[in-house]
Amino acid sequence: MADGHVHALYLHGNSVLHRVAPQIKIVAAFLIVIGIVVTPREAFWAFGLYLVAIVALATVAHITPRFAARRMVIEVPFLLVALLLPILGGGSTVEVFGLSLSQAGLWDAWNILAKATLGLSIAVILGATTQMPELLVGLDGLKMPSIVTAIAGFMVRYIDVILSDWSRMRIAMASRAHGARWITQIGPMARTLGVMFVRTYERGERVYLAMRSRGYTGSMPASAIPAAPVSQWMLGGAVIAAVWAVAALAVLTR
Amino acid sequence: MHIPDGFIGPGASAIAGVGAAGGFAVAVRQAKTYLTDRLVPLAALSAAFVFAAQMVNFPVLPGMSGHLIGGVLAAVLVGPSAGYLIMAIVLGVQALVFADGGLSALGLNIINLGGIAAVGGYWLYRVMLRFSNRSPRSVVFVSGLAAAISVPLAAAGFAVEFALAGTTTSVSLTSVLWALIGTHVLIGIGEGIITAAVIGAVVRSRPDLVYGAPTYTGQRTEDLVA
Repeated sequence: MADGHVHALYLHGNSVLHRVAPQIKIVAAFLIVIGIVVTPREAFWAFGLYLVAIVALATVAHITPRFAARRMVIEVPFLLVALLLPILGGGSTVEVFGLSLSQAGLWDAWNILAKATLGLSIAVILGATTQMPELLVGLDGLKMPSIVTAIAGFMVRYIDVILSDWSRMRIAMASRAHGARWITQIGPMARTLGVMFVRTYERGERVYLAMRSRGYTGSMPASAIPAAPVSQWMLGGAVIAAVWAVAALAVLTR
Repeated sequence: MHIPDGFIGPGASAIAGVGAAGGFAVAVRQAKTYLTDRLVPLAALSAAFVFAAQMVNFPVLPGMSGHLIGGVLAAVLVGPSAGYLIMAIVLGVQALVFADGGLSALGLNIINLGGIAAVGGYWLYRVMLRFSNRSPRSVVFVSGLAAAISVPLAAAGFAVEFALAGTTTSVSLTSVLWALIGTHVLIGIGEGIITAAVIGAVVRSRPDLVYGAPTYTGQRTEDLVA
């Protein structure tokens, strides 16, 4: 079960970033993004440094520009909103390529573009170097309550079952002329979803009862989580400290 | 599609993060009291279902599609605290692994979809159920109605956050926000139909498992053996 369930965002590899303990990567990703978000938008140099650091991290993880670009498509709707701001904005305007654009709008657009893109790249790097089971180990390592890791663990194992069940049922629907293109087809689609839910639940319940009868009491026995080595914490800490130092400097010199 | 980094100011994001974490702690404590071991797979399946459903877009109008939030669905199936946990887990995994929604905006996203849509929608469901005849049929109808209302409510939550602490100062986005809430009324109709269909299927086949239904028994596995 471990290998067949690799999600689309994961990049096979054996780089340093792939090997760092997942709990360190989770903590680092959060703290780095916080550093980026508090940076004042006037500090272009700080965003330049973040970009350099992110490109360096991505290179270490063997992430190609193509892979990164495919992952970043998710941001497009927000980029479109951001691009509208200089056109819709009021206040003083500047000429750019013959277009009269709002100055405040340009600042707003830049702020969203820079922070959302950098934050997204951090998440892309995390996703590319961390498999979902590892992420669960990381959450366990961060002392998440067992009820949360139990739900998250089952969830991760069910997702692929649900998605493949769903695509099978959608093929069955399409071959019976229910292509799900138009809102009138939401009825059959909704009923299919309902049936799928019960079907998957009953399968999951069978598996769960089988696990119970073999001694499962709520947590996986062999998940002896190796404590993250101090050297890795120091490495992660150094990256976080560098980002926060840049952010602090940018805030102080604004 | 969830709020990315940099859309809402850092101060408000931090407050939302603390609020969402506090809600998380309360939800964990409450969920532990009633989430019997038989409900754990149901909660996990609801989480997986919500996760998968958020990847499937359904048509709203030509050229426009929306996806399920699943908040009311999860809360009616496994209770409001577990529903909140489910939304938080789904959003957390999406932000960490799938880069959907900013890490710094996670608190805001959890408040909108977990707090407003799941918990708020659940209480809406309870209140409306009180005025019905509490039959399985009305459980299905009322859950669909609550789900439909929960979607524009969550959108309105985003609109309020954006109006109070949005990083955008140049444009008055009032009209854009009204349009946003308007489209979410349409998306809410889809959400309501799908929620009603799924709850209907579960109530018909396993009425003992639906937390929000009057038929809920709260049995443990041991009760089955005994």
